Amino acid sequence: MLNASLKQLSLLLSEKKISSAELAGEFLARIKALNPDLNAFITVDEEKSLKQAQAADKMIASGQFTALTGIPVAQKDMFCTKGWLTTCGSKMLSNFVSPYDAAVVNQLDRAGMVNLGKTNMDEFAMGSSNETSYYGPVKNPWDRQAVPGGSSGGSACAVAARLVPAATGSDTGGSIRQPAALCGISGIRPTYGLVSRYGMIALASSIDQAGPMAKSAEDLALLLNSMIGFDERDSTSLQREKENYTQDLEKSIDGLRIGLPREFFAEGISSDVSSAVETALAEYRKLGATFVEVSLPNSKHAVSVYCVLAAAEASSNLSRFDGIRYGYRTPHHTNLEDLYTKTRAEGFGDEVKRRILMGTHVLTHGCYETYYLQAQKLRRLITEDFIKAFEQCDVMMGPTSPTVAFNLGEKCADPTQMYLSDTYTCTVSLAGLPGMSIPIGFGNNKRPAGLQIIGNYFREALLLNTAHRYQQVTNWHELTPPGINL
Amino acid sequence: MQWETVIGLEVHVQLLTRSKIFSGASTAYGAQPNSQACAGDIALPGTLPVLNRKAVEYAIRFGLAIGATINSPSVFDRKNYFYPDLPSGYQISQLAYPIVEGGHITIQMEDKEKIIHLTRAHLEEDAGKSTHEGFHDKTGIDLNRAGTGLLEIVSEPEMRSSAEAVAYAKTLHSLVRWIGICDGNMQEGSFRCDANVSVRPAGSKEFGTRCEIKNLNSFRFLEKAIEYEVARHIDVLESGGKLIQQTRLYDADRDETRAMRSKENAYDYRYFPNPDLLPVVIPEEWIEQIREQLPELPKDRYNRYIHDFGLTAYDADVLTATRELADYFEKTVQLLPEQSKLCANWVMGEVSGRLHKEELEIDQCLVSPEQLAGLLLRISDGTVSGKIAKDIFDSMWQGNGNSADAIIDAKNLRQISDDSEIGKWIDAVLTANQQQVADYRAGKEKAFNSLVGQVMKMSKGKANPAQVNALLKKRLAE
Repeated sequence: MLNASLKQLSLLLSEKKISSAELAGEFLARIKALNPDLNAFITVDEEKSLKQAQAADKMIASGQFTALTGIPVAQKDMFCTKGWLTTCGSKMLSNFVSPYDAAVVNQLDRAGMVNLGKTNMDEFAMGSSNETSYYGPVKNPWDRQAVPGGSSGGSACAVAARLVPAATGSDTGGSIRQPAALCGISGIRPTYGLVSRYGMIALASSIDQAGPMAKSAEDLALLLNSMIGFDERDSTSLQREKENYTQDLEKSIDGLRIGLPREFFAEGISSDVSSAVETALAEYRKLGATFVEVSLPNSKHAVSVYCVLAAAEASSNLSRFDGIRYGYRTPHHTNLEDLYTKTRAEGFGDEVKRRILMGTHVLTHGCYETYYLQAQKLRRLITEDFIKAFEQCDVMMGPTSPTVAFNLGEKCADPTQMYLSDTYTCTVSLAGLPGMSIPIGFGNNKRPAGLQIIGNYFREALLLNTAHRYQQVTNWHELTPPGINL
Repeated sequence: MQWETVIGLEVHVQLLTRSKIFSGASTAYGAQPNSQACAGDIALPGTLPVLNRKAVEYAIRFGLAIGATINSPSVFDRKNYFYPDLPSGYQISQLAYPIVEGGHITIQMEDKEKIIHLTRAHLEEDAGKSTHEGFHDKTGIDLNRAGTGLLEIVSEPEMRSSAEAVAYAKTLHSLVRWIGICDGNMQEGSFRCDANVSVRPAGSKEFGTRCEIKNLNSFRFLEKAIEYEVARHIDVLESGGKLIQQTRLYDADRDETRAMRSKENAYDYRYFPNPDLLPVVIPEEWIEQIREQLPELPKDRYNRYIHDFGLTAYDADVLTATRELADYFEKTVQLLPEQSKLCANWVMGEVSGRLHKEELEIDQCLVSPEQLAGLLLRISDGTVSGKIAKDIFDSMWQGNGNSADAIIDAKNLRQISDDSEIGKWIDAVLTANQQQVADYRAGKEKAFNSLVGQVMKMSKGKANPAQVNALLKKRLAE
């Protein structure tokens, strides 16, 4: 049951073979047992979760339920959750209890899902290894020496270790796809604007996008059905008819034109990941797909552009954390400036400070044109590359991350190396396109490798269909890490 | 040396929207501190701004009223700085693409008109308030005002005296109230001026070093602050000193300005487009719709009052000070089109005086334009004298809604213009006042007025004064 799909769980629940309370209890017991080592959760509140599960059981008993009712989920700690600590992985919000629910939390609540807790993450989602969290690093369940990826590392780890059947994530530079790849699970970042950002603590507002993380594409489709939709509280939320992502999952992908961006297979990709991707592509050939080489010439600028824009927006977004109204406040201060300075010096970690400095710098008078505006121009060129390439193909494929999970501590001293692990993902984010990652086997040290599938705007259904067909003929997504006591 | 003063104004107009510009919280003034600040106004993590459509409509209305360009798209930026009453650490404002650009306002200086061009007007949110009273050693923060919509209206540096600056500010103040986008309440901070002041040698083309005086919330302070600042600039320059570009504050108690911060210490606001808000695209049809609903503007009415009603420039100016007053006048004059001057005199005199005395606004006037027109009709047709009319007006003010005719009949106030009736009163007065008659005949003109007064008194004010005059003169000449 711990390895069951959401569809199977829903069936068990609706047939009353198990109650939601029992299901929640079982997963909570696993969290209790395994989380001290894995550190995937920042906050667990059994009482709250069980109360929600009992409510879900009532929904099921009354016949008023959805395909997700009664199924446990975990929320990345950047989603504001009413009555729960919402820390965003930072000391700055280590005492912050949100008085309201994020749109995503609200939607999954309404579907009847049961929140098992708030998952660990890089501080303010800044990081690719989950090592910047104030609450300590998360371990990769496949190899405790390895990072789980980031920033949604807690969510990825929790799903991979079967501490929860599904979790929410957010993806700015690759924060859903990269940890999904490194932990051997599936995750999708939808088109920018599809899922409301209301209540999701902002890193880079023009790039941030929430999405689900789960074992399979089928699970993702079910979750996404409940997460999308126009929200008038988010001005960047898109007004369009809701799609049903489960209805076309089984469609044949015979004749699917897969674009292979030349730049994603050039130097930088490690040979183990490269061969895992080749094997996966061979599988797609068997499913009837055809391949075409495409080019994204400006993607070589993506990491730089991403660093400038994300830092600029973050430096401004994080200004509200000043110790005045909520959150951490330094205990000793002599005047207002001292209060600001100490609060922020003590409340933020190094990576956050680095990005605030960088972001402040690129927006400073005299630098704005050279950095910020230049980056915006390149962002447009990167986007145009994709639009052009999609004239030749239906989806694009490549590695999610250039390497499998690296060791804890390995890249901490070198932020540039850390940023480069987002090379293939952040370029997609900058274009606002949907992208996903699915497990495709293992590389060095038996650590998971992921395949990134990129779609044109609003082609989530095609992405999920493409991933699902692969998962019908492979079982990577069903494998569980050794030694997690299933 | 002769110095020329150069002034440009930046005016913050608080928009009369019910809710804030980026949140649903109320904008009502005077509520308990922090009772009108929602999650977005206190910048809780995860909250997002949503633009108030009405605020955009008001900005467009203003733009159309001054003949400006409405920019589409216009873009909201973030102006970043730390201050406790600025919860998000940035103010949402517009830098490169303001919603309104250009346009002009005509001001009336004693004998001539002057056109003041506007640079731009942009939408932005207000900050909260810091209060230092009642918090021992601490500062209190009230975020009720945080997020209230403002239109910042920036003029070109085209004013050449404090009087012109005040005239501009007053005209603008009247206009924003006229078109219904601001309540104009200066005590409550709904209309706040910043003045950019510099001086230069007369005839010079280049601008001198300017200082910006912040937050002037009355026309008097605006005038005094500019005058102080101009004198200070001239003093510094004439004594061979150098001015530094500064932001200054006006201290009304000491009638002086004081430096707040200089250019070297100016903030770097790190403006950039707000990624939470999309560029605002304004459909042409919407602009046209707003244009159609625009009321006739004060300047147009002013001209019409002069040309159509033959009023003096002064009368037209007074009557178009507010839309309500102008509407009142216009309703009255529409009922009595032949007597526009009489209507103007009464609205500016008796009506305005009475309102002022009772501290009422024109829309609280207890005498309706219909009642007033009815009364003025009876003055113009000789039924009552001006003096009796004032009594009738008093009687109307009691608020029973009676028409002038009803009051005239009820109190028997109809003016008596019958020569024989008046003749009888004159006879009686002349008989009883032989001495004064003698005085008058001896050349004392004053005695005549006394006799007229006695005739009027005898008639209980009902005798037609012009007739009394004429008849009395005739009799005394006999």
